[in-house]
Amino acid sequence: MSDGPPRFVLASPESDFYWRSGADGRLRIQRCGDCGRWIHPPGPVCPFCHSRRISPEPVAGTGTVATYTVNHKEWIPGFTPPYVFAFVELDEDPTVRIGTNIVGCEIDEVEIGMRVEVLFEESGEWHVPLFRPIQEGP
Amino acid sequence: MPEPLERRAVISGAAQSDIGRRLYRTGIDLTVEAALRAIDDAGLTTADIDGVSTYPGFGGSFGGAMGAELHEALRLSLNWRSSGVETAGPLGAVHNAILAVATGVARHVLVFRTVVEGSGGPLRPGTGGGGGGGTSGSAGPFQFMIPYGAASAACWVACYARRHMHDYGTTRTQLGAIAVNGRANAAANPKAIYTDPMTIDDYLAVRMVSEPLCLYDCDVPCDGSTAVVVSHRDYAPDVPAGAVGVNAIGTAIRGRPSWDQFDDLTSMMMRHTAASMWERTELSVDDVDTAQLYDGFSWLTLAWIEAMGFCGKGESGAFVEGGINIGPDGAVPLNTSGGQLSAGRLHGFGHLHEAVMQLRGTANIGVDDCEVVAVGAGGGPETGSLLLTKGPS
Repeated sequence: MSDGPPRFVLASPESDFYWRSGADGRLRIQRCGDCGRWIHPPGPVCPFCHSRRISPEPVAGTGTVATYTVNHKEWIPGFTPPYVFAFVELDEDPTVRIGTNIVGCEIDEVEIGMRVEVLFEESGEWHVPLFRPIQEGP
Repeated sequence: MPEPLERRAVISGAAQSDIGRRLYRTGIDLTVEAALRAIDDAGLTTADIDGVSTYPGFGGSFGGAMGAELHEALRLSLNWRSSGVETAGPLGAVHNAILAVATGVARHVLVFRTVVEGSGGPLRPGTGGGGGGGTSGSAGPFQFMIPYGAASAACWVACYARRHMHDYGTTRTQLGAIAVNGRANAAANPKAIYTDPMTIDDYLAVRMVSEPLCLYDCDVPCDGSTAVVVSHRDYAPDVPAGAVGVNAIGTAIRGRPSWDQFDDLTSMMMRHTAASMWERTELSVDDVDTAQLYDGFSWLTLAWIEAMGFCGKGESGAFVEGGINIGPDGAVPLNTSGGQLSAGRLHGFGHLHEAVMQLRGTANIGVDDCEVVAVGAGGGPETGSLLLTKGPS
C-alpha cells in the first residue's frame, strides 16, 4: 500500500487495464486496430468505426494541463487540502482527456498549458496514473 | 415552421412546500404539501390529476421522493407516470409531462422535484452531494475522477470556470456578480435561505472551495419541494391564476454526455440545449423579459447566459460585471427570486416556479410587462430548458 490518499478505484471490465497499466511503468489507452483512433474512456466498441478490434496500447505518457482546480475542501477523507485535480490532454490525441492529480511541484506552479508526464502511485492492486511537470533534462 | 407540439401544453399550477435549510421532514411529506398546493392553484382536485412526473425518482441520487409515493399518498388514478435521471437535467421531468399532455396520454400532470439535502443528506465528504459520484463506488464515468478526490461537481465545474477565465479573461469579480445579484434578490423572497446583504467584497473575502470557486459560488443545500401542474392548453381559460404557455422545450444532448470529455472546456451541454430550444420557436433571445438560469454553481449561470445568447461566447463575464445588466431593472433580470446560491438548491425547480410567478405578475420582484421567460437548468451533460410565455403560446 502507498502512503497516498484512498483512491477508491472501481474499475469496469473495459477499464480494468487502465488502472493496472502502470505496473510496467507505461500508461495505456484503448485504441482501434482498424481506424487507429484513441478511445477514452474505454468502451466495448470503437465509437468511430464500430470495429471490435480495440485494445490497450502504450502511449508516451506526456501531455498538457488543459485545466485544473485547487481543492481547499477535503471532499474525501484522506485527501488533505490543498490538492490539485486536473484534466490532462495526451500528446497522442488531445481529445483524450484524463482526470488526474498534479504532483511533484508547488501548487502555485500549476497552470494551464503546463507540460506534464505520467507517474504511477500504487494503491492496492491498482497503479493510479498521476502527472508531474516534465523534468527538463540537461 | 409546423407548430411545435409542446405548445399544446400549459402550466396551470405552481407551488412550493415550506423550504428551509433543515426542516427534518420527509421528502414525501414535503412533496404532498407542494403537490396539493399546486393542484389547488391550478383550480383542480386530485381526481383531475391523471399523470405524475418527477426527477430523479426511484434510484436517483439526491432524490427526495418517488412518483409512486405521491401516487400512493394521494391515491391518484393515473394514465401515465414517469421518472428518471437520464433526462435533459431536472427539467426533463417537465419536458416529459409536456410531451405526455401533447400526445393526449394525460391531461393534467403533476410534476415535482423534491430535495432533502439539508437534513437528509448534507454535503459531506463521501456522500457525493452536489452531483458527485461519492465514494460508494461507480464503475461509470465518475471512476476517472473519484480516485483523485474530485468527488463533487464543484471540482468539475471549477475546471471549466478556470479555463473560461484563462481563455476569455473572466475574473472572480465578474463571477461574483452572479452571487451578489442572487443575494440581493433573495432578500425579497420569504422562502430564501440566505438573505443577509452581500457585497462583492464579501464575496472576494470568503474561503475557497475548489479554486476558482469560493463558498459563495456554490449553492446551499436545503429541504423543499416544488410542484407544477402541466395541463392541456384547452384548460387554459379556466386556470384561476393564469395559464403559462410552453413555447419551446430545449432538450438536445448533441455532445459527449460527459463532465470530463465534453469537446469544449468553456461551455457545457446547455450550448446544445439552448440551441435546440431556439430552433423550435419564432421568438428570439431579444424577446426574453427575464431569465431564470441555473446557479447550482455561479459559473454555470455564465455558461447558460452564453448558451442562451444574451451575449457572445466568452463575453458573459463582462456582461454580468457590476450586476447592472442582470439586475431587476437591467437588460435581462436574472434569477429574480435569488437563485439557488441564496434561495436554496431546489434543483432548477425554484427557477421554474419563479418563471411562472413572473408571467402571472405575482413575483416578489416583478419584471414589468413580463411576457417571455427563459428557464435553463442543470450543468455538465445534464441540461434542459424551457421558453415560457404569458398565456398559451
